[in-house]
Amino acid sequence: MASEALPLSWRRIPERYCLIGNSCENCKTNFFPTRKICPNCRRRGKLADKTYSGKGKVYSYSLVNVVPQGFELDAPYVLAIIELEEGPRVTAQIVDCGEKDVKIGSLVKMVFRKIKEDGDEGVIHYGFKFGLVK
Amino acid sequence: MRDVAIVGVGMSKFGEEWNRGFREIVIDAGKKALNDAKIKGEEIDGMFVGTMAAGSLIGQEHVGALIADFMGLTPIASTRVEAACASGGVAFRQGYMAIASGLHDCVVVGGAEKMTDVSTASVSDALGGAGDQEWELFMGATFPALYAFMAKRHMHEYGTTEEQMASVAVKNHYNAARNPCAQYQNEITIETVMKSKVVASPLKVFDCSPITDGAAAVVLMPLEKAKKYTEKPIKIIASAQASDVIALHSRRSLTELAATKIAAKKAFAQAKLTPKDIDVCEVHDCFTIAEIMAIEDLGFFKKGEGGKASAEGKTRLDGEIPINTSGGLKGCGHPVGATGIKQIVEIAWQLRGEANQRQVKDARIGMTHNVGGSGATCAIHILEKGF
Amino acid sequence: MVGIIGYGAYIPKYRIKMEEIAAVWGEEAQRIKKGLGIEEKAVPGTDEDSATMAVEAGRIALARAEIDSKKIGACYVGSESHPYAVKPTATIVAEALACGNDTMSADFEFACKAGTSAMQCCMGLVKSNMIKYALAIGSDTAQGRPGDALEYSAAAGAGAYIIGNEKGEILAEIEETVSFSSDTPDFWRRQHAEFPQHGGRFTGLPAYFKHVMGAAQALFEKTGTFARDYDYFVFHQPNGKFPREVAKMLGIEEKKLSPGLVCSRIGNTYSGASLIGLARVLDDAKPGEKIFVASFGSGAGSDAFSINVTDNIVERRKEGMTVEEFIAEKEYLTYGQYVKHRRKLKSL
Repeated sequence: MASEALPLSWRRIPERYCLIGNSCENCKTNFFPTRKICPNCRRRGKLADKTYSGKGKVYSYSLVNVVPQGFELDAPYVLAIIELEEGPRVTAQIVDCGEKDVKIGSLVKMVFRKIKEDGDEGVIHYGFKFGLVK
Repeated sequence: MRDVAIVGVGMSKFGEEWNRGFREIVIDAGKKALNDAKIKGEEIDGMFVGTMAAGSLIGQEHVGALIADFMGLTPIASTRVEAACASGGVAFRQGYMAIASGLHDCVVVGGAEKMTDVSTASVSDALGGAGDQEWELFMGATFPALYAFMAKRHMHEYGTTEEQMASVAVKNHYNAARNPCAQYQNEITIETVMKSKVVASPLKVFDCSPITDGAAAVVLMPLEKAKKYTEKPIKIIASAQASDVIALHSRRSLTELAATKIAAKKAFAQAKLTPKDIDVCEVHDCFTIAEIMAIEDLGFFKKGEGGKASAEGKTRLDGEIPINTSGGLKGCGHPVGATGIKQIVEIAWQLRGEANQRQVKDARIGMTHNVGGSGATCAIHILEKGF
Repeated sequence: MVGIIGYGAYIPKYRIKMEEIAAVWGEEAQRIKKGLGIEEKAVPGTDEDSATMAVEAGRIALARAEIDSKKIGACYVGSESHPYAVKPTATIVAEALACGNDTMSADFEFACKAGTSAMQCCMGLVKSNMIKYALAIGSDTAQGRPGDALEYSAAAGAGAYIIGNEKGEILAEIEETVSFSSDTPDFWRRQHAEFPQHGGRFTGLPAYFKHVMGAAQALFEKTGTFARDYDYFVFHQPNGKFPREVAKMLGIEEKKLSPGLVCSRIGNTYSGASLIGLARVLDDAKPGEKIFVASFGSGAGSDAFSINVTDNIVERRKEGMTVEEFIAEKEYLTYGQYVKHRRKLKSL
């Protein structure tokens, strides 16, 4: 598979590697991924980068058995909506666990993993996933 | 604004149409609608076609022109409308606005999707485009997974059970078995659902709508003119649409679709009606949990009681509010772009008293609820018997 | 003064037992366990590679160093299993650790000693005041050909070290380092080959023992120390046998060797091996204690270090998971699952 979406993935590296989002200094709302307009304040909004701690808890989850193309090797995996301690929610896999290990409210922290690969010869896309905190 | 009426409806048999392509199924539905409206074609001055992913599924864009061409309707204004799984409902609204505004006098609105020309994996990837590609799909999300998130929260917050969800599929198969155009003609049991393979827990294969080829079409005219063509015009008394943030994780609540609630509120206000006035409703049950949330968000049941109401049979043909008499997306099939138009077709049949075995007695007012993606678009219409 | 201001290890969660591998090839597990001195080995998750493990170890090292990662002037990653043949692992790691664009980044390769080679370079840069802090990482997801002796030992893990030169920050001073190398083809992998080849028993005396002993003696000479002066010894640990034999040659008691010998429980983590062994020792060492480290990389060479633990260690190591915690956190795989994890299924 050719790496056709290269620039698309590359642009997202700060967000995907380091969980850098942004925050509106006017209404104090935190965003992830970054927004270019604060939906609350619009023209009055003032957005500044914000790096999230990577700590959060499970808001909802599912064991995904039928996976999209490119995720076959990881199947089945637990996918979750994680609520970061700073507020924003993100969708990501919870690694190294089974469905029974996860509950709504389980504490998690960000880990760095391969998200997917463009075949054997294409680029590897890395980014955040989450691991359960013991 | 002029009053607008539906003068003709038609749909192709939904299913795996191996020997028919996109053009053939669209023309099948279009011809049926035109015949039903008793028009020849010269009257038509505009067309809107809802289709979500023709580019990914059959490599064909510029669908508006393609259909005008093969329907023999060039040089009319023909426009493709895309709003993921709500493409049909949103296209219908475009047609409604075109007539209501006075810009057009006779409009055909079609919806179509040809989904079985590619592998299941490619279909999943194409449908994935209805979510946030960079922050949901890229992370390994699928549509069943997104609705599974909602189901898990609904179970967590309201105690909804997997059996209650299964009852939605059972009811929709029952209705589908009474609809000759439906993909599935078989009834199923709770066990069928519960024992089916888990796709994204807690959702199983039988909680999910299938991959379907299909098309549906309707002909719209100003109400005044409609009476010249049909004895049974169906009046459009509300047309509302709302949007929400595209990624599910960014929504405040996962147990309701804000777009549904807002569009419903607007629609009821336009029609000066309440949920109690609706006799029959087609809701967007792409997954069983979606129907449970829809009947709550539309105001038929209190939040959290949709699962119980479904299990108790309140949404059956003979229930308090018959939901998805067509079989819904689950039983009738879900050719994404066609679904929103098929809902209109079904309600028109119900209001005209032509739904045969699945006819809801004395149906006078019907509603359609069409959702795009995980709820980022919602189109709602209320139709009234115009005779 | 130059030394370690932060360190971190990473060991993936999955393990496979020798019995599980031996059963597939009709070998006697007991004989293999005894021969190699390995009970089980660490296997990476399907979404882990040398870059992801390097980042995880690096994040712990950063947390312990308590410095702004932007101040890291160099990021060097040593591995024999870099995810790309061409395209650095180090830029992935530096980016994920938010080191900034002014970081000198490069990949190192010297079989199992690439990580300690990186550490020596970091020492030079920091000692010469070219940069303030430098990050050296050894990380591997080593592969052995199915059925080959290496399949029993080739494991996954990473160790990360942040080098600095301020006394107040140093948790372990690196007093001296030396290398001993020669052109010795004991183990190699050609450019497009999937699995390495090795010289069997030739990897022993002319390779491992000659170079480790060579480096040890050079270090003792350079520092004027003797084996008895050290409280802990960490050697490269391709198996449990080689380090024990070296210890015997140097007259070292078991209690000075065993704290830094973890391969019986995680296998040979290649570039990570001596660095994880050192992390294991640092997890427990007391201020004032002295640590001897000698890595070994096939091809061949050994880097030896003389390290003095300082008072700062007590506070600094409070953050992050210890090596023992990583070892304890485990889930066993069947050979079938292992084959999937290591992508040995050709049709996948």
